[in-house]
Amino acid sequence: MAVNYGSKRVVVGAHYGLRDWLAQRVTAVLMALFTIALLAQVVLFKGPIGYDKWAGIFSQQWMKFLTFAVIIAMLYHVWVGVRDIWMDYVKPVSIRLSLQVFSIVWLVGCAGWAIQVLWRL
Amino acid sequence: MTELNSKPKRARPEFRNINALSDLPTYRLPPAGWVSILHRISGAIMFILMPFIIWMFDTSVSSEISFAKFTSVFSVGVGFVPGWFVKLVALAIIWAYLHHFIAGMRHLWMDINHAVSKEFGRSSAIFTLGLGSLLTLVLALKLFGAY
Repeated sequence: MAVNYGSKRVVVGAHYGLRDWLAQRVTAVLMALFTIALLAQVVLFKGPIGYDKWAGIFSQQWMKFLTFAVIIAMLYHVWVGVRDIWMDYVKPVSIRLSLQVFSIVWLVGCAGWAIQVLWRL
Repeated sequence: MTELNSKPKRARPEFRNINALSDLPTYRLPPAGWVSILHRISGAIMFILMPFIIWMFDTSVSSEISFAKFTSVFSVGVGFVPGWFVKLVALAIIWAYLHHFIAGMRHLWMDINHAVSKEFGRSSAIFTLGLGSLLTLVLALKLFGAY
């Protein structure tokens, strides 16, 4: 294996391929199921959807449960995907690392906000 | 080597170090290539617009007052941003989600079935591009009030 310590240490990269490949797919399936569950409730409802109906969908306990899991799944799914983009197109380590740190802050902040909204329902 | 064809074929272009400005405009991608790069672009769009998505989730479910604010942003706009522009941004998210979803399903399907024949790659790519565009068009007409 190539030297990966000291001054030669690789600080960015995906040297954990299978785990992330699998996580990408498992989280995708979960988000797809969530999409279908949400769409079904919207499409099967007769008449225009007002605030009561829309908020009512998300305030059911099973929907809160699923939405919370989906937010976490999305956090990880997007991290794997966006990190791939930085690794493919951005070569200088300093810029790549900065973008990766930005991505983490962006995603964790967004996930926190979404969970906060869910929490209040 | 035996020359089977007396007329030599036109030399195929060779791409080694692709220049974004001079090579990409002339580089013809196969349908599967378009699905692939659009999968990436649609993912990036949703990543950048994620705060807007969560803002929509927040204002639409939090209270009746915020729900009214949510609908007014789409009809009359917010600040200096007109409503049609907000709708356009929402449409970009709709397209990105649909394309990402269908292209992702195609990925999963190929993973499960080991369906990696050239023909399936091509036909499923055309299906993905077509269905994504069609559904986007249907929802665009709905969003802008055509029906």
